[in-house]
Amino acid sequence: MIEKAFNGSKKYWIWLIFLAALLGFCFHFYLIQLNEGLKITGMSRNVSWGLYIAQFTYLVGVAASAVMLVIPYYLHHYKAFSRMMILGEFMAIAAVTMCMLFIFVDLGQPMRVMNVILYPQLHSVMFWDMTVLSGYLVLNLLIGWTTLEAERKDVAPPSWVKPLIYLSVVWAISIHTVTAFLYAGLPGRPYWLSAIMAARFLAGAFCSGPAILLLLVFLVQKFVKYRVGEESIQALSKIVAYAMSANVFFLLLEIFTAFYSHIPDDTDVFRYLFVGLDGNTSLVPAMWVSAGLAIVSLAILIPPQLRNNKKLLTVALIALVVSTWIDKGFSLIAAGFVPNPFGRVTTYLPTFPEIMIVLGVYTIGLLILTILWKVAVSVKEKTAA
Amino acid sequence: MDIDKRQFLKILGISSALWVGSRFAGGISSLFGIGDKFDTKALADAGFEISKTLPDPKALTAKQWAIAIDIRQFKTADDYKKCIMVCDKIHNIPDISTKQDIKWIWEEPYNAAFPEQHNNYMGGQLKDKPVILMCNQCEFPPCVRVCPTGATFKRQDGIVMMDYHRCIGCRYCMAGCPYGSRSFNFQDPRPFLKKIDPEYPTRTKGVVEKCDFCAERLDKGLMPACVEASNGAMVFGDLRDPGSDIRKILSSNFSIRRKPELGTQPNVFYLI
Ligand code: SF4
Ligand code: SF4
Repeated sequence: MIEKAFNGSKKYWIWLIFLAALLGFCFHFYLIQLNEGLKITGMSRNVSWGLYIAQFTYLVGVAASAVMLVIPYYLHHYKAFSRMMILGEFMAIAAVTMCMLFIFVDLGQPMRVMNVILYPQLHSVMFWDMTVLSGYLVLNLLIGWTTLEAERKDVAPPSWVKPLIYLSVVWAISIHTVTAFLYAGLPGRPYWLSAIMAARFLAGAFCSGPAILLLLVFLVQKFVKYRVGEESIQALSKIVAYAMSANVFFLLLEIFTAFYSHIPDDTDVFRYLFVGLDGNTSLVPAMWVSAGLAIVSLAILIPPQLRNNKKLLTVALIALVVSTWIDKGFSLIAAGFVPNPFGRVTTYLPTFPEIMIVLGVYTIGLLILTILWKVAVSVKEKTAA
Repeated sequence: MDIDKRQFLKILGISSALWVGSRFAGGISSLFGIGDKFDTKALADAGFEISKTLPDPKALTAKQWAIAIDIRQFKTADDYKKCIMVCDKIHNIPDISTKQDIKWIWEEPYNAAFPEQHNNYMGGQLKDKPVILMCNQCEFPPCVRVCPTGATFKRQDGIVMMDYHRCIGCRYCMAGCPYGSRSFNFQDPRPFLKKIDPEYPTRTKGVVEKCDFCAERLDKGLMPACVEASNGAMVFGDLRDPGSDIRKILSSNFSIRRKPELGTQPNVFYLI
């Protein structure tokens, strides 16, 4: 089946070559980091995690969101998702791979990464996160590949896949829950120390993941004949609307608890994010953009007449992805370290090399996604013909 | 000694079960803050040979080391400087002046060291008075709980140590420490050392470090360097020994600790 990845149109090859070239350019910056250390990033003693860990967190959500297709399709036999299913599973594979790479590029001593396995610390959430992420990768590879292979041969998928699919539902929830536990269990970080963290993560994941999937599908449909079907698009955007509403609702819950209780530890970070703290307003503009875009996306997604208009839907999805990315792919980590244990604010701004390394990891993700989707679409087009 | 294949397999089975079991028990118990001491006696009972390396007979030992800092006795800038400088010198701590700096022991105004004690009407004297800060060698250290490699771990005497050769530089411990006690080597620290003390290892880029109550000095029978330099303003001793100096001082003076509400049980006390 893999041979499908090797015979594509000219455009396909140009795209792959472009990605490879971009990757080469970005890799150069990783070499610099390897040589000089994380000094080339904007991180500091006070804000000791940054863009890398934030991307990791965001993408765990994207990976977990495949479950928004799996549940309706396999548990409720909602057949409209049959043409979208494999794309979601393959996107999850690309996302998990990027997650692992983001952890890797964040390490100060990457050559020692195997120490996590050589000296397993069962009390460390990071150990469990690594375990569930690799498990999820294997599950999706197995499920995605075998179901597609079966479809190509026009036979029913082998029976052992079914239990794995059910397992993958629980597993998907677990990867994002464990990722939330990375943060939610730390005593000295008030912004993270919240029981709703995992729920907020999942809600954010279940809107941003499918939104990215839909946008990518719209894009790919411009180049291939394969169509996922109107009904599946409408159903998935409905899911996005519900999940985004829950996501915003959970954030408002946090804000209420902080401000009505009036506990400085809890309010400080929201002040920092939305009005600035001690004169430091570095994240304020971005946060208001995020809030504004969240409102725009909900205003379009909730009324069915607007949501079912393809052009408007695209606008809403882009707004949603940018909004949730600012919230979870950036400020969640940067603001988690504010104020520091001494009540001070340290600004974190990523540096150019840091951004290039992030771009590099995303390029690897896109490469994997392109190849996997190429295989999937070729098989699907063939069986449909 | 001859052992046949069956015996060998049996031993292999028992030892791996023991290994997995001890890991698991340790992991789960320390997850809930019960502590995870490696049970050497049980291993010896099970027929394992325990290391016979003897510690230096002069070595200072304790069940739980702690420091009491009498901030009333810190008067001049020099009182602080001498404690901080001796540590910087003997531990090869680089002098980096960016936000990516390294510090083991440093000073902060009272207000910043104890933010939850702050009130607007406190006399200026105490409010802005510098306080010496360092790792608290917490009894239930979040840094140890989160570390995915065991590179930071707790010794039998309560000191929270770093293994610079195992640390992968993930900085989870820095997010976990609620006291800002840890520093990361964002770069090779050696160019920032004016003089290298060969008695203590220099670090490489990409690992985390922090104060360890001069564990290397205790093992030789010496007090922590800052305590020695403080002229009695800092008192070091075993918290579990009712007759120790530190217990006497703590029972006869009012003392506070940083963020006690977090349940870490810090082992640095402040007399104010
Ligand atoms: S003060 Fe911080 S680094 Fe020191 S033991 Fe406590 S949690 Fe760990
Ligand atoms: S940076 Fe090193 S000591 Fe800290 S948690 Fe990671 S491996 Fe452990």
